Amino acid sequence: MSAVRLDADEVRARVNTVPDPELPMISLADLGVIRAVQPADDGALEVVITPTYLGCPAMPAIEAGIRAVLTESGHPDARVRQVLAPAWTTDWITDEGRRKLSEHGIVPPGPAGAPLPVRIGLGAPCPHCGSVATRPQSHFGATRCQAVLVCTSCQETFAHLKAM
Amino acid sequence: MTAEPTAEDTDLAEYVLRLGDDALVLCQRLCALVTRAPTIEEDLALANIALDLLGHARTLLAYSGTLDGTGRGEDELAYHRTERQFRSALLMELVPGDFAVTIARQLVYAHYSRLLWSALEKSSDATLAAFGARASREVEYHQMHADQWTVRLGRGTAESRRRMQAGLDLVWPYAAELFERDALVDRLDAAGTAVAPARLREEWEREVAAVLDEARLTLPKPAWQATGGRDGLHTEAFAPLFAEFRSVRLQYPGGTW
Repeated sequence: MSAVRLDADEVRARVNTVPDPELPMISLADLGVIRAVQPADDGALEVVITPTYLGCPAMPAIEAGIRAVLTESGHPDARVRQVLAPAWTTDWITDEGRRKLSEHGIVPPGPAGAPLPVRIGLGAPCPHCGSVATRPQSHFGATRCQAVLVCTSCQETFAHLKAM
Repeated sequence: MTAEPTAEDTDLAEYVLRLGDDALVLCQRLCALVTRAPTIEEDLALANIALDLLGHARTLLAYSGTLDGTGRGEDELAYHRTERQFRSALLMELVPGDFAVTIARQLVYAHYSRLLWSALEKSSDATLAAFGARASREVEYHQMHADQWTVRLGRGTAESRRRMQAGLDLVWPYAAELFERDALVDRLDAAGTAVAPARLREEWEREVAAVLDEARLTLPKPAWQATGGRDGLHTEAFAPLFAEFRSVRLQYPGGTW
């Protein structure tokens, strides 16, 4: 079965909707890891992605998710290429991505340029009760990109995507 | 693909291998502590830090393999070298007998690596510059983790303070090796591709002294310095660590999942 070979714009629209494997409520485009979907010099389609963290174990799954879309779009010869520069930053997470994270109880990151205690979640409002009387419980959470905070008002813990 | 590498690429391959091996061996040490840390949050913290170090090691080893003309991949370099071919500093293989030893080592390495990766952002080598930009931001979190534990243990109980000081005293003779200079790093430093770590030492000392001051701990003044790791001369701690590291690879040669 050969799929219809879609053009670059159509493929880009499809690749953009691939969900992140660890934060499946947001897409790879919302996360800001898709840098480009374009024809390379040899005519093959190339998807350029930026790794979030160098050790992020989700990168192979992200690549596999993109490859599946490329094959379905009639581009089994397309490539996925990782570039390190410019380095990925949480500032690239879209407003839509931030909204979806919030909806799922994960407090989105503040500005990447903020002082480290703020990046780790100082003053982040509790997604359960809205109180800002929260404090970091652990700088490292269920995934590399998250921290665990605890609300001193309602005593619940919650996840926060660290600014990077 | 058997083009002879240039002299500078050969130098750079060795330099990058040193840095990659540091990250790899320390990663293995931290992974072995998971489920043995004082709290479950700390299990997660050490695992997350180890994961970053694994990412650094993979990037650096893969790059070294392309520079040296052999085309060896990250796995081949990680699993198929002998002990004498590992270039990691002896600090990384040190047995963490006590949690305070782990924290003391993290304090030494986190400040050193943050300064080094930040300085490498200005490297004339585009790959190292991009690596430095990414990795320097990651290790800021490792540094905060080490600093906070150092202060917590130093200002905790008499027992925690005693053990943290003992950890520092044990680890400190191994710190100097990170800043060693030799002809290879001097050549690369002069060319602008690498950073001679000796240039970072003053700033590193200022930073760790400030943390120890806040923790009310004493900056050790070691009477001796470890050396030899960059030439592949390791301590007796290395062989068991390496055997465990390779065990799955040896039991299932060529295995994938």
